[in-house]
Amino acid sequence: MNMYLYPEYEVVRDESRCISCRVCERQCANLVHSFDAETGKMSADSAKCVNCHRCVCLCPSHALKIVKSDDTYKVNANWDNQTINEVYKQANSGGVLLSSMGNPKPYPVYWDKMLVNASQVTNPPIDPLREPMETQIYLGKRSVTIERDERGKLKDTLAPQLKLRVPVMFSAMSYGSISYNAHEALARAAEELGTFYNTGEGGLHKDFYRYGKNTIVQVASGRFGVFKDYLENAAAIEIKMGQGAKPGIGGHLPGAKITADVSETRMIPQGVDAISPAPHHDIYSIEDLRQLVYSLKEATEYKKPVIVKIAAVHNAAAIASGIARSGADIIAIDGYRGGTGAAPTRIRDHVGIPIELALAQVDQRLRDEGIRDEVSLVVGGSVRSSADVVKAIAMGADACYIGTAALLALGCHLCRSCHEGKCNWGIATQRPDLVKRLNPDLGYKRLVNLVTAWDHEIREMMGGMGINSVEALRGNRLMLRGIGLTDAELRILGIRYAGESM
Amino acid sequence: MKRVYVNEKWCLGCHLCEYECAFAATGLSDIVKALKGKPVYPRIRVEEGDGVCFSVNCRHCREPLCVQSCISGALSVGGDGVVRIDREKCVGCLTCVLVCPYGAVMPAPDGHAAMKCQLCTDNACGEPNCVKHCPNNAIVYEERG
Amino acid sequence: MLMREGQFRNPSGCAVTGVIDRSGKPMSGEGMIEAIAVMHDRSNGLGGGFAGYGIYPHYKDYYAFHLFYDKKEAQADAEAFLCRHFEIVYSSEIQTRKLPSVTDEPLIFRYFLAPLPQKLRNSHLDEREYVARCVNRINSETDGAYVFSSGKNMGIFKGVGYPEDIGRFYRLEEYGGYAWTCHGRYPTNTPGWWGGAHPFGLLDFSVVHNGEISSYDANRRYIEMFGYQCNLQTDTEVITYIVDYLVRKRGLTLEETAHVIAASFWSTIAEKGETEREQETLLRRMFPSLLVTGPFSVILGYEGGLMALNDRLKLRSMVCAEKGDLAYISSEESAIRKICPDLDRVWMPAGGEPVIFELYEKGGRAQ
Repeated sequence: MNMYLYPEYEVVRDESRCISCRVCERQCANLVHSFDAETGKMSADSAKCVNCHRCVCLCPSHALKIVKSDDTYKVNANWDNQTINEVYKQANSGGVLLSSMGNPKPYPVYWDKMLVNASQVTNPPIDPLREPMETQIYLGKRSVTIERDERGKLKDTLAPQLKLRVPVMFSAMSYGSISYNAHEALARAAEELGTFYNTGEGGLHKDFYRYGKNTIVQVASGRFGVFKDYLENAAAIEIKMGQGAKPGIGGHLPGAKITADVSETRMIPQGVDAISPAPHHDIYSIEDLRQLVYSLKEATEYKKPVIVKIAAVHNAAAIASGIARSGADIIAIDGYRGGTGAAPTRIRDHVGIPIELALAQVDQRLRDEGIRDEVSLVVGGSVRSSADVVKAIAMGADACYIGTAALLALGCHLCRSCHEGKCNWGIATQRPDLVKRLNPDLGYKRLVNLVTAWDHEIREMMGGMGINSVEALRGNRLMLRGIGLTDAELRILGIRYAGESM
Repeated sequence: MKRVYVNEKWCLGCHLCEYECAFAATGLSDIVKALKGKPVYPRIRVEEGDGVCFSVNCRHCREPLCVQSCISGALSVGGDGVVRIDREKCVGCLTCVLVCPYGAVMPAPDGHAAMKCQLCTDNACGEPNCVKHCPNNAIVYEERG
Repeated sequence: MLMREGQFRNPSGCAVTGVIDRSGKPMSGEGMIEAIAVMHDRSNGLGGGFAGYGIYPHYKDYYAFHLFYDKKEAQADAEAFLCRHFEIVYSSEIQTRKLPSVTDEPLIFRYFLAPLPQKLRNSHLDEREYVARCVNRINSETDGAYVFSSGKNMGIFKGVGYPEDIGRFYRLEEYGGYAWTCHGRYPTNTPGWWGGAHPFGLLDFSVVHNGEISSYDANRRYIEMFGYQCNLQTDTEVITYIVDYLVRKRGLTLEETAHVIAASFWSTIAEKGETEREQETLLRRMFPSLLVTGPFSVILGYEGGLMALNDRLKLRSMVCAEKGDLAYISSEESAIRKICPDLDRVWMPAGGEPVIFELYEKGGRAQ
């Protein structure tokens, strides 16, 4: 017997507004809406609804909304409805629960417990509309030996770096987990913004080789799509050791999403689940990582920075210290609220630590050991606004990765059903009729708009602090104050409490 | 001149353009009041079949067959290139409906005249409403050679 | 209870001025006292100080340490440390003049020191690094003792009070030096600790600074990676360490150092000639965390010269002037006119543009 579960969300139609145009019906890949020709009326089956809001957004007469169901079991602070339903689902199926996107649980969001400074009297705020304000940065190693040529001029002894016009990059999302059109939008936006997008572990479609100067390619445990052209058509290479949404396990791409094109790009069979291994089977320790870093550098003639991406876990600081000594140029840290196209629910919701705490500890640890210049730090999972970016940089990050925010710009409504492959917004799907719903001409502009808007806001906030280069904000923790935090949290974040003077 | 073009690659077959067209023609400001419980008479139609869909409306041809075949002089090409129909002059013979190779001229609801897309120059929208409301930029209004 | 310097971050507004005779002729400290007195209103009586170069010709080969002692025991501890690491060639209390306006002075002593050769060899350190580390150790480990000057043939004199009073307190009219800098302080807190006054010095570098830098913690957390301890939490301290790190430890020139600290905007760099563009881009890519933002006007004193530097937006006033061999730098022109009414040339350096005045024997020349 399968236990009946009342739908979590209900589709509510305002009959007085519905004009029966059937747009909702045509736009729902989950077949929620139907038209009754006899009565001329629309109806909805809420049980099928994933709450993606596609119908709500497209309804021309705004006759639809989705509400949280008020059906409830007997109220129980320990056994809430969702917990009970999950037990029923597992009793029904015997399977691991799958989820998508970032951890939705009500853990503290430390970004929201930090406040930013501004100048008054003793130091003038700077007006970004009237004075230069710099948000351009370089990522990579900065440890150098000073050497001079015969004229006494400094020689360029720096390792290869990435130049970013804004301190924001699009984080790893693979072709397969997201659509061709989503990738095209990200690639074009990265090019226009002077930043980078990341292929994730899904290989690089040949059509996108032309965006190579703005592409970071990922080498993950499954090695999907990794070959000579892949490495050559990239500005940097990222070794993915872990992902914030699912630390300790590999990627998971449901077979339904592995179409012919995805299969060719990934170099894997069509239609079969692609589950990359939890570890890299050639990396069981830090010295093995060093070998992979240098293998990739050898393969690309030391012309491209190598990024090592880890999930934020309890021992992140020590792990980062090891990575900084492994030859890597950039460390990317992914917090536990980072998104995913598919992850076991228990892992997504219960493994890892907040990016804010991991960043604070990693940055301080690298400074304590005097090796902060060996690597740049990029953080993600989840960075939701320009204020988060400003706080992350003041905490010590060089730049931020945004994934979920970028998908939202493309239309995602965080229904967290990516693993089902029926994304009504044409993002997390490979169904051609759905993929075409994301027109990259529109998508890339929305991404450019988003990052441009953030860049403006970052400049405004920096100007308020009297800072006119993002370089002078990096690690400037005196610009932050905590609010609603315990002593332990303040200590870990390395900041003072609001109201405490300089 | 600027014309409405449709890129079938991006047309989702959602039919929103039809409703927005019909709405624009009513001249009302509330889509519910305009269309609720009423038959819809759009001047743009979505054609579907074999996994392809795209909307079709008047091409505003340079040498329009509809104008040439109009027996009452109701159809004409304006100085701006827009093919218009004068309802007062139209006798409702519907020859234009028969000759239009795109099926872009249709009988008006009252049956006494024909109607067609006039690029929303005949209503308060100012720009083609189908273009404005296409959710995927499949319908565009632009100058092409 | 009020906290002492170093227990909190202390930014301040100020007056700065400096003079150098490029021919190397000594002049007394009186001129500086007169000049800074003109800018009385830029200080608030909570700190003043001077640095004189070439003032110890008879001991020019020895490190001249100036120390404050809060108490006698501190003196015993510090002297024991000095004896373990240096040969003390000469030591004495620094002669001062009692003034009603200068109060609560600590014990102030001067030592001429040479590192113990055996100790130095065993340390495997460059001599200056050895001395710098000894200064650091006294300042962070010896309670109540504070080294506030540690260069050769130069000395820093500072305290709590208006700068003109501090100058007379130290009897600077009795010293002769080829270069002087001076600082009057307007801190936005009210500490009363003598060690917190300026100039701040490390070896022969001395820095006087007017401003409040917004990049402070970014700079501090970076420079502390290289063995510096920003105990005083002042802008002047961190700027001194940045200069010491870039010039002494990394071997950059003063101009290159200026291009790190007050780097040109990327948009300005893009318009420069090829060599400059490449060099300045390289410097910004190498040392981005040492970019100093927010208002500052700094006079760096060092053996044989002075460098004036403004923040890149020039958010603080600073004027340079020349009269024959003499070169002047000041927050306000009035201070220069006071001691040299008839100048050959007066100009305001642009933001981020270093102005360097050096002894002719070091290659300096009139601008």
